[in-house]
Amino acid sequence: MLQQSLSIALTGSGGSGVMTTGSLLLEVAAKAGWYGFMSRSAGPQIRGGEAAAVIRLASEPRESADDSFDLLLAIDPGSMARFMAEIPLRPDSLVVSDAEAGRRGGELPEIAAGVLDLPMLQLAKAIDGGRPNMVALGALARMLGLAEDPLRPVLERFLQNKGPAMLAASWACVQAGFAAAASLPAFTTPALDNVSVNERWSITGNEAAGLGALRGGIRFVAGYPITPATELLEWLAAALPKVGGVLVQAEDELASINQVIGASFGGTPALTATSGPGFALMSESIGLAVCAEVPAVIIDVMRCGPSTGIATKSEQSDLNIALNGLHGDAPHLVLAPASVTDCVFTTQWAVHLAESLQTATVVLSDQSLGQTRAIIRRPADSGFSAKRRVPERFEGDYYRYAADDSGVSPMSIPGQAGGQYTADGLEHNASGAPSSLPADHYAQLEKRERKIREFDYGQHWADLEGDGSTAVITWGSSSGPVREALARLRAQGKDVRLISLRLLAPERPLAMAAALQGVERLLVVEQSHSRQFHRYLRAAYDFTAEVRVFNRPGPLPFRPGEIMQRLSDWDREAVA
Amino acid sequence: MNHEIPLPQLQPKEYKSAIKPVWCPGCGDFGVLGSITKALAGLQIQPENVAIVSGIGCSSRMPTYLCTYGFHGVHGRALALATGLKTARPDLTVIATGGDGDGFSIGGNHFLHTCRRNPDMTYIVMDNQVYGMTKGQASPTTDPTWQHGKLTPAGTGINPFQPLAIALAAGANFIARCSSADSNGTARILMEAIRHPGFSMLQVLSPCVTFRPEQREWKNQLIAAPEERQRTADPAEAARLLLSDEGVYTGILFKGERPVYQPQTGTVSARIEAFDEEFRL
Repeated sequence: MLQQSLSIALTGSGGSGVMTTGSLLLEVAAKAGWYGFMSRSAGPQIRGGEAAAVIRLASEPRESADDSFDLLLAIDPGSMARFMAEIPLRPDSLVVSDAEAGRRGGELPEIAAGVLDLPMLQLAKAIDGGRPNMVALGALARMLGLAEDPLRPVLERFLQNKGPAMLAASWACVQAGFAAAASLPAFTTPALDNVSVNERWSITGNEAAGLGALRGGIRFVAGYPITPATELLEWLAAALPKVGGVLVQAEDELASINQVIGASFGGTPALTATSGPGFALMSESIGLAVCAEVPAVIIDVMRCGPSTGIATKSEQSDLNIALNGLHGDAPHLVLAPASVTDCVFTTQWAVHLAESLQTATVVLSDQSLGQTRAIIRRPADSGFSAKRRVPERFEGDYYRYAADDSGVSPMSIPGQAGGQYTADGLEHNASGAPSSLPADHYAQLEKRERKIREFDYGQHWADLEGDGSTAVITWGSSSGPVREALARLRAQGKDVRLISLRLLAPERPLAMAAALQGVERLLVVEQSHSRQFHRYLRAAYDFTAEVRVFNRPGPLPFRPGEIMQRLSDWDREAVA
Repeated sequence: MNHEIPLPQLQPKEYKSAIKPVWCPGCGDFGVLGSITKALAGLQIQPENVAIVSGIGCSSRMPTYLCTYGFHGVHGRALALATGLKTARPDLTVIATGGDGDGFSIGGNHFLHTCRRNPDMTYIVMDNQVYGMTKGQASPTTDPTWQHGKLTPAGTGINPFQPLAIALAAGANFIARCSSADSNGTARILMEAIRHPGFSMLQVLSPCVTFRPEQREWKNQLIAAPEERQRTADPAEAARLLLSDEGVYTGILFKGERPVYQPQTGTVSARIEAFDEEFRL
């Protein structure tokens, strides 16, 4: 039986403070025992425009959007129109707005239940320095069955640098909102987990990736600001010095990736984070890391492309460039986290793999993971760390690129006497000397490919669940709604298999064949317009099952109900 | 005799690798290779503590011809790679080498920002005012009237890049012009550059005898700057010299005291588990 959940959307014009209201509400709810998350939807404006905070609260950890929203609160109704595609409502959804603010323009959607009035503006005006978003916070807390008192310490911490007057005004607004909500309906809520409060975290996907990087051993980061990866870099900039590391703000992405390669050549595990446009700029140098066999981790927090695209919104459309964007034959690793929580594990694993295999490792996160704040159970440290194979002693001549059995040749570190070599993007022989001889080219191509093909990736290449004859195969952030859809079907007694790929390159043909054993129908779910994932699967793997594709470009997320619908339509067709 | 018994001294040739350069006979870069080995021997830096970093081009082949650590990266990005290495490993002597196309055209942005950042490393640009490896196109430092470049048969018609004046304006801390024909003189300046804190920029005029044979005359045209005009720490004075000498003065044309970029690394104040606190409810 699925646990109950509530989906809430807050909209407002830019500066109205919906993100603040959403963040505080999530924190208070989390402390009361809720899990859930808040994601952000905003336009490109630096300040101004409209913004929506999209929240889901659940009694169990949950990282997928629901099918529709139970409550929409618009601080000013004018802000709602541009978000209606992103905030599906039901006839019984509650909509709360401000009649006074509404008269200033903006239209509310047709809702059978009607629109409930909350005079946020008027209540805030009555308080010196009061703000409508704090009235909204108090009202929302009451509607969700939260107590008033726990709001106070959360507010105090948030406003700790704003002075007592601001705190007093905000608290008065919260209390006014809480009181006013007595006339609004309240949700019945499930029993909550308020026992393990110390083992529950509030974390964004970008922070989670940063933490995974540090746990894996990253101690050098270079980066250039880019939405939606900037917060990942900002988190690391503050965290790295505490563990003896450093972040350099580079002049551009070309510099970022090359600084990373330089630091890694010097023996320091190194990483950069960017988004599609920056990744495209880096691609030549990622090939250098492959050819010169220098470990490097590149996180691409994807957004809608091509070109500048929609910088603030999510899409899984950098798969092609991550897999195939390097010139020449350049085998490298491509990984993807399947949830906010998994950003910790996958990034930590990426560091381990890059260092173990001395190559470039790309992590494909996206805006919907990176900028979503989730309430999760503390992710355990997987123990994966940077373990580079370094020669211990040098007897005779040192062959940096000796093509031994595993293909992973010991990599000397500057300062090691006897280990001197030149790392080179020119093709080279075993010693590292430039070579244009066919035999050296073949031997080195084979070495670089073999080392990542033969490595034992264990069970982490994919998340597998269930064993029905129908399977859904997906990756990255689309895994959340797929997982929830399949859980609902399981609750109905239908077993549909999940294959969520974490390791996209290199391919795992044997493991995939085993995962697909007995599958007759395979639904591919991906967030790209050109079916990039489907094309990749077709090129990389053999399928005996009938294959269908459910794809959609960003920024709209998949909803569990849509995936269930695709599967049941397929069932009906098969019967007919 | 007050000499101590000397330890075995590293000789210049002990910094050379066994690999034969791809350069044309008579190329100025041979002289620069000699200057690098002499400077390293002069400073007695162990080869394993040196990293030579380069991009792409004739002169960027340099790391392979030395038996230090080396990195021959992609076109234009040597300074970025070297900055990452030096930041992570401040104990190493890091020297970037390359040509005028690599450094000032495709790598121009990194040149500006490395001068600005001022990391403690040395950059040797072997300037021959031509793309040699791709067989004779005009470079950023080519005279606008030079009509032998096949991509610009009527001449480039655009102003040549002035690397040292730009380095000065962008914030480099040590600026010198050298001649590849004066291998010992270049070695002496290089030693001083390596020792001086911050980003040291050496423009070594290094003739391309294949595509710019007229550059053989450089050795007769270049003249040492008057001793009293060398090593100024005053950027305004250095600027006057650099903007008025028509590129013929050699020597140390600026030796500044600008703050050096070196973030502290290796000082651990928190265990990884400490970050848990940040996320706990």
